[in-house]
Amino acid sequence: MKIALFITCLADTVYPSVGRATVAVLERLGHEVVFPAGQTCCGQMHVNTGYQRQAVPLIRQHVEVFEPYDLIVAPSGSCVGSVRHQHGQVARRAGDEGLATAAETVAARTYELSELLVDVLGVDDVGAVFPHRVTYHPTCHSLRLLRVGDKPLRLLRNVAGIDLVELPEADQCCGFGGTFALKNAETSAAMLADKMSNVLATGASVCTAGDASCLMHIGGGLSRLATSTRAVHLAEILASTDGTVEVRS
Amino acid sequence: MTTFLGLPGGLPHADRHTGQVEGSLRFPDAARTALADGQLRTNIGAATRTIRTKRAAVVAEVPDWEELREAGRAIKTDTMARLPELLLQLEENVTARGGVVHWARDATQANAIVAGLVRAVGATEVVKVKSMVTQEIGLNEALAERGITAWETDLAELIVQLGHDKPSHILVPAIHRNRAQIREIFLREMPGVDSGLTDEPRDLAMAARRYLRAKFLTAQVAVSGANFAVADTGTLTVVESEGNGRMCLTLPQTLITVMGIEKVVPTFSDLEVFLQLLPRSSTGERMNPYTSMWTGVTPGDGPQDVHLVLLDNGRTATLADQVGRAALHCIRCSACLNVCPVYERTGGHAYGSVYPGPIGAVLSPQLTGITGGDDPNDSLPYASSLCGACFDACPVKIDIPNLLVNLRAQHTEAHADTHRIPSAEQIAMAATAWAMSSPSRWARAQATTRAGRLLGRRRQVIRALPAPLSAWTAARDLPRPPTETFRQWWAARDAGEHR
Ligand code: SF4
Repeated sequence: MKIALFITCLADTVYPSVGRATVAVLERLGHEVVFPAGQTCCGQMHVNTGYQRQAVPLIRQHVEVFEPYDLIVAPSGSCVGSVRHQHGQVARRAGDEGLATAAETVAARTYELSELLVDVLGVDDVGAVFPHRVTYHPTCHSLRLLRVGDKPLRLLRNVAGIDLVELPEADQCCGFGGTFALKNAETSAAMLADKMSNVLATGASVCTAGDASCLMHIGGGLSRLATSTRAVHLAEILASTDGTVEVRS
Repeated sequence: MTTFLGLPGGLPHADRHTGQVEGSLRFPDAARTALADGQLRTNIGAATRTIRTKRAAVVAEVPDWEELREAGRAIKTDTMARLPELLLQLEENVTARGGVVHWARDATQANAIVAGLVRAVGATEVVKVKSMVTQEIGLNEALAERGITAWETDLAELIVQLGHDKPSHILVPAIHRNRAQIREIFLREMPGVDSGLTDEPRDLAMAARRYLRAKFLTAQVAVSGANFAVADTGTLTVVESEGNGRMCLTLPQTLITVMGIEKVVPTFSDLEVFLQLLPRSSTGERMNPYTSMWTGVTPGDGPQDVHLVLLDNGRTATLADQVGRAALHCIRCSACLNVCPVYERTGGHAYGSVYPGPIGAVLSPQLTGITGGDDPNDSLPYASSLCGACFDACPVKIDIPNLLVNLRAQHTEAHADTHRIPSAEQIAMAATAWAMSSPSRWARAQATTRAGRLLGRRRQVIRALPAPLSAWTAARDLPRPPTETFRQWWAARDAGEHR
């Protein structure tokens, strides 16, 4: 199938390895991945910080770029959540009914990676190899906005060699929340501290999730604690066939 | 009242300085104190975790829980759509059954009405059933100014009152206190208490009981709130656990109920839905121990002088907002507080208002009105990571994250409207939106982040950044930006350079 990749601004700029991994998994399964070059950002940060009017041009840009495609994937639960649950509403609040309708059409064709693999492509074994102890953090927007349920876990369970361990209090937020981490930094850090002690209690060497933003938060905390536990995106584990992931440099 | 709807900017909000609808500090500043208090975090963490587990268990055993939630949401939506008509119907039915209905635009009016009624019977003391709305309007203080003493009879409220403290949870107002602290408060403040009092729960409860019984038997006037008021019968309902409310509602001659106008429900059979949703969501019980219902006056039985004060205090203004009005659907079960990771760490006091947690963050700013300024209530919609746990838990399906996001937009737009010079944040948001609405500008903007590679060159991560990003690097590293963005890599791959 022909699948358009919505990379998300964060993965594009800071975590290109997540995008490369997404491409690798889909191509390995025999699908054609295209990257519509006009894409920029879904506008979630603007909307969630209170700048809905400023987000409208971003939504328009996103909709125009992705409208020609029948199937769109993003390696991010929260960006797909924004596309599905915010784009139409924000456009409507700005009085642009045409954009709202177009946005809803694009949203209906947009999937988070685990949704695309399991629901659309009908795959739960992508042929990955990753012989490490891994714990999975479900991320709030995948869990509660998209309701991805156990799809990521089904994919992970089929990874060869993996030692998948349950994360205590997994459904608790890591404290990221976009600009929440800046505006209420102390509260956010208190939430992160509890998330990290739960991650470390599992003895996992890798904490994975379907969202680069939450991983930036958890990984940033783990790095500050100087632990050897790393934050690795779900796509990177699914792309791995030799037990390694790309080292960032 | 319908004539008010839709008038631009004309609807009255709650007065920030009367009662307790706004604190004195913005949320991040108020939270700092709470976050530093280890005992507080332990007390609240332990209590919310216990209630959370209990709630999850009793909700799981109801096969049609989702249908019940949907029914609750539908009844509330319908109620808000025809609130004026339902309130008039309620007034008519309460009056027909011998009750007296009073209308209060705001806290000051409501307090004056209650004080006038207490004075009219010549009383100097009232007993109170736990009620949030009387805290919202600052009734106890207003009565005290007029020489009338109000005694809280709910055990937790009593602890708060004797401790000269403020409630920190909707349902468990003294959730921030543990047994040892409660014993100390009783020993210090409760007249005639046995000096050998232990911190055993039973001992503490018995001490409170002895103290309260004397109050119930002598009081001439009781003041209550109401969980529900049925429009088509005029029936008022109070739901509680201890039975102290029942004592207040039945023993004194005069009963004054103060109720927010949103508490009305259309028909008696609607209670079937809410009386299932409420106890399971709040205390995690299948049914609450005491449900008291009264309809006007029953001659020779219970209070013979029955009043209902209907309070607006910013509710009509809230109703005028098509999205925000969902905050008026709240049945004050407190489930959203107990699942909220922010509330769990900061406690209720950080929210300033009597309404804490996720519901407080969307209700309080609407009652007082969003100004776009530095008012503490304008900071509340930002006191959330938008994790959505509140929406999942809410028995009437209030989409609190969506309300929060909309209130944030109202705040920034009001700010832009009232400030000639834009804030730094506004400039940053406008600049990023400008860059991101064109792929070529965005690619150029991305190139500038590569300057960050210099910062991270020693450890491969960035450990310190200037404000406002220092708020991030205080507790977390940032990754060093990569040498190549994804789009650059893709373009090169397309050109056949990678592969
Ligand atoms: S908003 Fe919902 S969950 Fe929160 S107190 Fe109100 S009814 Fe309960």
